[in-house]
Amino acid sequence: MVTKATLKAVDGVSFDLARGEVLGLVGESGCGKSTTARLTLGQLPPSAGEVIFEGKTVPSSRTQQWRNLRRHMQMIYQDPLGALDRRLPIIEQIAEPYTIHGIGGSRAERREKAQALMLQVGLRPDQASSYPHELSGGQRQRVVIARALALEPRLLVCDEPVSALDVSIQAQVLNLLDDLRRKTGFSALFISHDLKVVRQMADRVAVMYLGRIVEEGPPEDVFHAPLHPYTQALVSAAPSIHGNRGRNRIVLSGDPPNPVNVPGGCPFHPRCPVAVVRCRTDVPSLSREGDRAVSCHLAGSAGGGGFSPAPHPKSKALEAV
Amino acid sequence: MAIADETRSPSGTASVFTAKSRASAFFEAWPPVILLAIFWIVAMLVLIAFGNFFAPQSYTAMDLQARLSEPVFMGGTFSHVLGTDELGRDVLSRLIASIRISLTIAFLATLVSACFGVLLGFFAAFARGRVEQAILMLIDAQAAMPFMIIALAVLAFLGNSLPLFTILLGFYGWERIARIARGLAIAAQEQGYAAAVRDLGASPLRVYGRHILPNIASTLLISMTLNFPEVILLETSLSFLGLGVQPPETSLGAMVGYGRDYIQSAPWIMLAPAAIIVLTTLCISLIGDWLRDKLDPTLGK
Repeated sequence: MVTKATLKAVDGVSFDLARGEVLGLVGESGCGKSTTARLTLGQLPPSAGEVIFEGKTVPSSRTQQWRNLRRHMQMIYQDPLGALDRRLPIIEQIAEPYTIHGIGGSRAERREKAQALMLQVGLRPDQASSYPHELSGGQRQRVVIARALALEPRLLVCDEPVSALDVSIQAQVLNLLDDLRRKTGFSALFISHDLKVVRQMADRVAVMYLGRIVEEGPPEDVFHAPLHPYTQALVSAAPSIHGNRGRNRIVLSGDPPNPVNVPGGCPFHPRCPVAVVRCRTDVPSLSREGDRAVSCHLAGSAGGGGFSPAPHPKSKALEAV
Repeated sequence: MAIADETRSPSGTASVFTAKSRASAFFEAWPPVILLAIFWIVAMLVLIAFGNFFAPQSYTAMDLQARLSEPVFMGGTFSHVLGTDELGRDVLSRLIASIRISLTIAFLATLVSACFGVLLGFFAAFARGRVEQAILMLIDAQAAMPFMIIALAVLAFLGNSLPLFTILLGFYGWERIARIARGLAIAAQEQGYAAAVRDLGASPLRVYGRHILPNIASTLLISMTLNFPEVILLETSLSFLGLGVQPPETSLGAMVGYGRDYIQSAPWIMLAPAAIIVLTTLCISLIGDWLRDKLDPTLGK
């Protein structure tokens, strides 16, 4: 007998994004970051719940209303070469949003605006007629950014925008995005598996594990004093220029569970180094205090509007000795 | 100083590459074989448009005194450059008339099959689900039936007229084009560029017409250039069987069919149209292959 199983790529995720704010979404591969992005943009219909943008539900069917909404929400992709049409010169691709939405005046005016955008993202005017394959990876991503910003969106979803680029180019593109945000004031959902990148870009960060948000808060707090055991392991795995001296590296055992068969209780408990009996039975909810939120039974309320972090496995080991 | 002078190239430019001569650059962009093929196709197009002015006689005019007279290069006279057939009709004049009919039918039929195939293929890729299954079933049904049998049945029941014949041939090969168009469109949707343009708010019409179609045009063009010779051959086969173009009209296939009876005594009657069929189909294939490379900006310079 074949039983039908449901895969919940994203389960019970809830967050809000203020105007002009950048929310960083981190987590390992396959934890539902990109699905969250696609749901946010209405590219996928949610099986339950809704996405509200400026007071209105985002439609998920490809209607005219959905297309009109693209003026205000845009996306930057992980693979810039794949996101560009290899048969069109880049200037035409940057000017295309104007044509699609019938704005920006005459053909010549649109071209002028596209040229201004090229300058703004740091492309040379003589590259206007080049094709995507003639540009470097960083330049291609600049083209994608210019095209997304042509419509002056109020929300920009960046799905791993720099993970396909090499490190020196990553910094340039991140600085560019940061500058542009200061100038145009868009809100952004910034998805990455790279903690450094999220720390540089985000005003607030949410950590995802197996389709759920397990911790949320300002990046400095989350990365310096992580509350959830998963975040603690994630932060301890990030490489540091100071080497591993004075750091307690937490190595998680096992692989992320199959999302079709999510463990009962806290989904993290089979890999959690500090799990207790309660974690196997009770599903923790995301509880919020001040500007931080965590979904763990062990990260108890310390009183006075703050959480105490879940016990660190290394310190526990020391106690045992 | 002397060292500096030596390192400088004689022409004064700093380039280490030697400049190509203009002629070789031209022939690299336009290979001679392609130039010949284009010349041949242009000649055919001119014949289609202005064939009347080139034909020395009417293609139906009979000269019973000069039946089966040889062409010039086989010892004939210049009154009938390519000789005459069994009724004394001028082969050159008939050949021009045949080219006009056959190639016009083949061009139109290929165009019909390409448009029909691309439309259905795109619609299947766009709609998915049940609509796609239905279209795929139609494609399989078409592919499973020998087209010759369908054509014979249709012509037998509906009679024969040039427009009907052309449209009928237009249904030849659409299923291959539809399959290719559907497959490529689905692949394009999975790839980033079509999805990215859709995310910009583009209508399906724009996504398919402006982005997917140009991106897959080279493959479709190759498929069309493969289809074209086959349509010519199908038309000639049907005409050869007597079900295609009807007398007094003539076509390349009809000429080959009627010339068959005289292949030993007067081979020129069927050799001339046969040569035209071979050359035209070859040229179309060559040009199609060259165009594919030419149209792809990621290939070459």
